[in-house]
Amino acid sequence: MKKKIKAAIIGPGNIGMDLMFKLMESEYIELDTVVGIVPESEGLALARKKGFNTSHEGIKSILGNKEIKIVFDATGAKPHLMHAPLLKEDGKIAIDLTPAAVGPYVAPTVNLDEHLDSPNVNMITCGGQATIPIVAAINQVADVEYAEIVATISSKSAGPGTRQNIDEFTQTTAKALQVVGGAERGKAIIILNPAEPPIMMRDTIYTKVKNPDEKKIREAVENMVAKVQQHVPGYRLKVPPIVEGDKVTTMVEVEGAGHYLPKYSGNLDIETASAKAVGERIAKKLLEDAVEEVL
Amino acid sequence: MKRHIRIVDTTLRDGMHAVSHQFTPDDMAEIAKGLDEAGIDTIEIGHGDGLGGSSFQYGFAKATDEEYLKAVSSVLKNAKLDVLLLPGIGTKKELELAAKYNAKVARVATHVTEADIGEQHIKLAKELGMEAIGFLMMSHMVSPEKVVEQAKLFESYGADKVYITDSAGAMTPKDVTARIKAVKEAVSIPVGHHAHNNLSLAMANSLAAIEAGADMVDGTCKGLGAGAGNTQTEVLVAVLDKLGYETGVDLYKIMDVADDIVAPKMKRPQVIDKNSLSIGYAGVYGSFLLHSLRAAEKFGVDARDILVELGKRKTVGGQEDMIVDVAYELSQKKEAI
Repeated sequence: MKKKIKAAIIGPGNIGMDLMFKLMESEYIELDTVVGIVPESEGLALARKKGFNTSHEGIKSILGNKEIKIVFDATGAKPHLMHAPLLKEDGKIAIDLTPAAVGPYVAPTVNLDEHLDSPNVNMITCGGQATIPIVAAINQVADVEYAEIVATISSKSAGPGTRQNIDEFTQTTAKALQVVGGAERGKAIIILNPAEPPIMMRDTIYTKVKNPDEKKIREAVENMVAKVQQHVPGYRLKVPPIVEGDKVTTMVEVEGAGHYLPKYSGNLDIETASAKAVGERIAKKLLEDAVEEVL
Repeated sequence: MKRHIRIVDTTLRDGMHAVSHQFTPDDMAEIAKGLDEAGIDTIEIGHGDGLGGSSFQYGFAKATDEEYLKAVSSVLKNAKLDVLLLPGIGTKKELELAAKYNAKVARVATHVTEADIGEQHIKLAKELGMEAIGFLMMSHMVSPEKVVEQAKLFESYGADKVYITDSAGAMTPKDVTARIKAVKEAVSIPVGHHAHNNLSLAMANSLAAIEAGADMVDGTCKGLGAGAGNTQTEVLVAVLDKLGYETGVDLYKIMDVADDIVAPKMKRPQVIDKNSLSIGYAGVYGSFLLHSLRAAEKFGVDARDILVELGKRKTVGGQEDMIVDVAYELSQKKEAI
């Protein structure tokens, strides 16, 4: 059997559970443990049923376990601020799905190579994962001066954390449009739509560019969409880049894979799928490094 | 004693939709000064989509939030300066900026089912010493019971007032009465109504709201606003006076502001035409109007088809990007035929 890197998930909520199902199909990661803080947690019960080690004693139940190399944190910003230094000290790589942003922002198709050795990486926001690749693609060929994204998600797929901290979403996404997407200025807007049946996640990406070459922009965006689709199969180009003067409008839609969460919650799916993609690249590198050491 | 009705004039915020957000800070200061002298209680200003609204999505404003705030705050003597904030578009940062320029009122606007995304902004407004108002948009889309549930949420966050807003101008007086009455009975804070005129019912709805117990209503000079515009402030002042309500507004002065200061700055007549009527009829967000007209022209489709389709898709306020999406799809279908 091929060797895999052992990993743990902290936080057995919606995100943690969806990630658990995704990691069960991983080539490079063997999910070992799922931890939470509530003994009667439904998520922990489900994790046990699927054969994983579980604990309701939080992070301390995995600290010291040297076999676990990668830890996905799906708790919240405050707990992750506590977890981050503990994980680092324990020699574990943290993949942070919270808004804490201890480590650098990472979008797997854009800047993961730069941060493969970082002890902590942050998964930005769902809106960021859906739009930054498009901004980065356009920036490569057209030089993006300003990027503005509008993420519309179904009300049902926005949990209480997102709702109570909606400013964190807009501010983090706007910053990452610059830092990762390469735009000189960034702005993010989020809209919740309560329609029934729930709508798919949809994102509009507006950019103001210096070199509005429509053919190049279209090719770059189409190539990027194909790249994102490798880890998020439900990612689709809804309206290909429309160029009007120096303004470029592109729209994408994200349908979830329906692993644990319903298909309409593409916003959560792209977060967990991106975290899995990042984890796998890091795991693959750890495996390669280990082989080199043996040689 | 005559019953007092507080009027919030939003010519300088909702009216911005009708001029594609192109009022200059000087325009705003001139109008605000007139409104203040006429005795308007509260003056709302800013981009049509509130603080932080200047964008590709909603159109870039002529000036920044800060420039507008600065211009208006320097001319107000009695009226309270009011800003609108849509969580998801504006942030706490912009609210702090508004407070710095002496804004006394913050209206936190969410879709009628999503009041909980406004909790942090209501609380910040209170911390900043502002009057905090919860503003439930697109209230026609849900039942009075649902409106009550969401109004109570705003009350629980510490809101001083709550608004039942007909963003699509889609309600009839009966709809308004049912919602205002239900909310009035359920909360212990004052209640307001913001009407649009797409079905020629803005005045009738404002009166229905007042009769059902509303303590404050919105208006704009010349009715300037999204879609077919709002309740016309100067007319509202006259009508309320005839009905025996007290507003504190000088009728002649507000007429003069409307006709002599606002009217010359208008870019198009504020009327109900087939497109704004379609907005009210289909129940879609009023500020979709000018965006739909532009998209209709660009993609060679009928604006009414876009608006009706947006209604079918149950779009909410702020989803202006859907207009291009729908127009693009309609044009593709047309090509296929």
